[in-house]
Amino acid sequence: MARLTEENVRLAREIIGRYPKARSATIPLLHLAQEQDGYVTNEAMSHIGELVGASSAEVFGTASFYEMFKFEPVGKYLINICGTMSCALMGAEELMHHAEERLGIKMGSTTADGKFTLERAECQAACTEAPCLQVNYRYRYRVTPDQLDTLIDDLSAGTLSSEIPAHGVVASVRQHIPAERGVGAVAPELVTENPVWLDGKAAL
Amino acid sequence: MTTIDTTDTNDMPPQDPNAVSITINGRTVAARKGDLIIAAADSVDEYIPRFCYHPRMSSVGMCRQCMVEVEGPRGPMMVVSCMTPVADGQVVRTDTPQVKRAQEGMIELLLANHPLDCPVCDKGGECPLQDQAFSHGAGESRFVEEKRHYEKPIPISDLVFLDRERCILCDRCTRFADEVAGDPLISFTQRGNNTQVMTFPDEPFASYFSGNTVQICPVGALTASPYRFKARPWDLEQRESTCTTCSVGCRTVVQSSRDELLRYQGVDSDPVNWGWLCDKGRFNFQSTNSDDRLSTPQLKSGDSFVAASWSDALESVARVIRHSREGSVAILGGARGTNEDAFMWGALADAAGITMRDAQLDDGLPSSVFSYPQATIDSACAGGTVILLAPDIKEELPVLYLRLRDAVQKKRIRLIEISSHETGLTKYAWKSIRAESGTAAAAIPALMAQADVAAQLASGPVVVVAGRPNLAESATHTMDAVAAVLTVAPSASVLPVLRRGNVRGALSLGLAPRNGNDAATILEASAKGNVDCLILLGADPLSDVADVDLARRGIAGAKFVVAIDTFLTASAAHADVVLPAAAYGEKDGTTMNLEGRVTSVVQKITPHGTSRADWMIAVELLTLLGHESNFTTLSDIQNAMSAAVPGFGSTTTAVAIKRDGVVVSVTPPSSAPTATSVAAPRNSYEFRLDLSRKLFDRAIGTITSPSLENLATEANVFIHPLDLDRVGAAEGTNVRVSNTHSSIVLPVRASSSIPRGTAWVPFNQIGADVRELVRRNESIIDVRIESM
Repeated sequence: MARLTEENVRLAREIIGRYPKARSATIPLLHLAQEQDGYVTNEAMSHIGELVGASSAEVFGTASFYEMFKFEPVGKYLINICGTMSCALMGAEELMHHAEERLGIKMGSTTADGKFTLERAECQAACTEAPCLQVNYRYRYRVTPDQLDTLIDDLSAGTLSSEIPAHGVVASVRQHIPAERGVGAVAPELVTENPVWLDGKAAL
Repeated sequence: MTTIDTTDTNDMPPQDPNAVSITINGRTVAARKGDLIIAAADSVDEYIPRFCYHPRMSSVGMCRQCMVEVEGPRGPMMVVSCMTPVADGQVVRTDTPQVKRAQEGMIELLLANHPLDCPVCDKGGECPLQDQAFSHGAGESRFVEEKRHYEKPIPISDLVFLDRERCILCDRCTRFADEVAGDPLISFTQRGNNTQVMTFPDEPFASYFSGNTVQICPVGALTASPYRFKARPWDLEQRESTCTTCSVGCRTVVQSSRDELLRYQGVDSDPVNWGWLCDKGRFNFQSTNSDDRLSTPQLKSGDSFVAASWSDALESVARVIRHSREGSVAILGGARGTNEDAFMWGALADAAGITMRDAQLDDGLPSSVFSYPQATIDSACAGGTVILLAPDIKEELPVLYLRLRDAVQKKRIRLIEISSHETGLTKYAWKSIRAESGTAAAAIPALMAQADVAAQLASGPVVVVAGRPNLAESATHTMDAVAAVLTVAPSASVLPVLRRGNVRGALSLGLAPRNGNDAATILEASAKGNVDCLILLGADPLSDVADVDLARRGIAGAKFVVAIDTFLTASAAHADVVLPAAAYGEKDGTTMNLEGRVTSVVQKITPHGTSRADWMIAVELLTLLGHESNFTTLSDIQNAMSAAVPGFGSTTTAVAIKRDGVVVSVTPPSSAPTATSVAAPRNSYEFRLDLSRKLFDRAIGTITSPSLENLATEANVFIHPLDLDRVGAAEGTNVRVSNTHSSIVLPVRASSSIPRGTAWVPFNQIGADVRELVRRNESIIDVRIESM
């Protein structure tokens, strides 16, 4: 529920530094915001706008295209059960019903303790392993209702936390580009000559 | 038969290297390299249907409605004419069955999700989608599925409603907000099946230019609250006019129905406004319709007013003027009227020997600013360097801001700004330096001597945009700064940006101060009891003069006050006679914008009550004072004006009725250059007061327009965040702002756009009046700020 933390602002500046135009960092920064709060807050979007020099509306316009950016709180574990053809034929409906009963919520909602969110997903490109699901975008293949129970138990107990971090964490290891290996993006205002391919035409 | 070409090739006009010749439907069309096919077609009235294309914005090819056929090496090819530039020898057809099929297909797709609620839609009757569905559509839809549904109109700002069901996603409003206005507060969101134009949650589309999006919306998706459900387009009558809300002079059409003003729309005048208007100019027609308008002359009787006939009221004014001591009659104002109004009042003043007159209220610049070589908006935006020694252009002259911003964005000009706090143009400035009020002139030589600045100034024409940045700072400081720039760049020209619609016209046509007797001098004389009759010609010194103490003493000291106004303003309430004046839209005439461009203003509705145009009142008084007067119609005045005013040629009024008008070179009488003044250094524990206007304030035309009156903010004092710590006050708490003259209490706000040591207070907002601290005889005002 907040703007980016001081630590994340430092990270944000590092990320912005990788691009010739600050705006290009909008999506990486949205990931950062989602990692911080579990979803993308309005305050974070305004903050990102300030950091990259865009209006909040432009940041929201960009972010809202992406299904995987959430603008309302979601559970610590977002369970996406695939409901497309192969999975549907292999029992995805049954799996969804089971999940709903087990967690006591409907698809598309979050448990009262904020632990789990259920979503129906479109094809996750694992048709040979149907029915499949993802927890925070980490795959589980050929899932039976029993295996789903075990998965939920394990997630609740925290035994999978090393494999499946909380929603919003893209990777458990953050990439840093050492300064000496950075390409050094040129600020657009310092570019005085058109690239050769422009050939005298107006820039788009 | 052989003809011998006897033309000497040297006499031929030089071949334009950019000339391109194309064929559209068999007609040869001359175009220029880089033109779009749709623009070339428009130039010869070959209409290509379109929704997203707008000649004043970049092309995006969003709607695909403007498909045409272009001959190519592999046969005819369908292209989007708003994205395809012309090429020599191009063969374009807009009338083949293929093109018709494409256009009908596009209309069918656009209408698939469109609610077709035309009977309840404000746009119905002037809707490009409706019109083109008839002219270029198939007439039948094959779409039988359920349409997309959204909540019906949702407010996206105080003025604009959005109906997403009607929207066809043409990107005009979002492009306008981003490209033209620079306020990208609306954007496409939820891109995909549910793409919709939307603001950020809880951040309204609070742009000064939001009304333009309503005008350019090709469907009824955006509607403006002042016009919603007020009239049908076919019931509207319209005349082309010029907006006189500020001195930019944007071209408009004034639309009315049943003798009531209902809407202004921007008209594209190439040298001025490019079709855009600001929201204040667009929506203040409500003020003309206000119930608070004065409708009959009023005579003061005791503490109240009683209605009087025009003849009684005018006779009492004439009697007072007749019996006034010589040189004791004064006229303040005239800048809100037409040229004809100003000329007649000037003529009356000349005939009656009234030497005290001023169209400005000590809030502009001395008319000597007109004696510099004058620039136009176009010349300022054409290239080179523009130096801003002016108030916040975005707040005071919004459409000039659009033009300057556009010129910067297109890399035509570079802005150098010297201001006491950040303005709307700061982020577009090439160099923007903060100079505390009173120190701009001193800062200029060093700035201009910088190598890169000197090179920039030498690289092209230089235009100085000169206006009054701070009402608590003497105008001499600005004039000194202008002179300092002209010393370094002697060939520079000046674009004076004075407030009020026709201030330049009024100054040029007879209401400029004589012998240095400007508004302040007049009020001072009045305070000393030397004014027997003070005529307020659409002027409200109590609200507008920065030294409110002077204004109060001046009004109180006048033996007899005549107010000619549309409303009973603060000053008019102190008048002995109040005469109701015809407002904008209620009288014909001409006006002069800040460039000196003369254009027409027109009467669209009957004047409210018995109100009359200012010139009529002047003519009546002229007669009552026993002077010969042959003026009965407006054209009598225009003829006299053309004959009497050098530079205001006989053709001026004839040309003025044309859209772009004509720039005349009338130099108002200039008082002797005032002595330069040097501001005393500021004590480190004090703040320099910076008092300037915002677009929406408590001005009478704004507070009498219901849709604008709530856009004014509360009065606050803004200081730098570090100064806030120094004062020891928390954001938003009350602080005492004081100097030796007075002391007021205002909430304090931190703003990093204010430099340290400066206290910025927006002028004329709701709350304590900071003008109590201002004294005219001090060229700058320093104040203390203490937490309470």
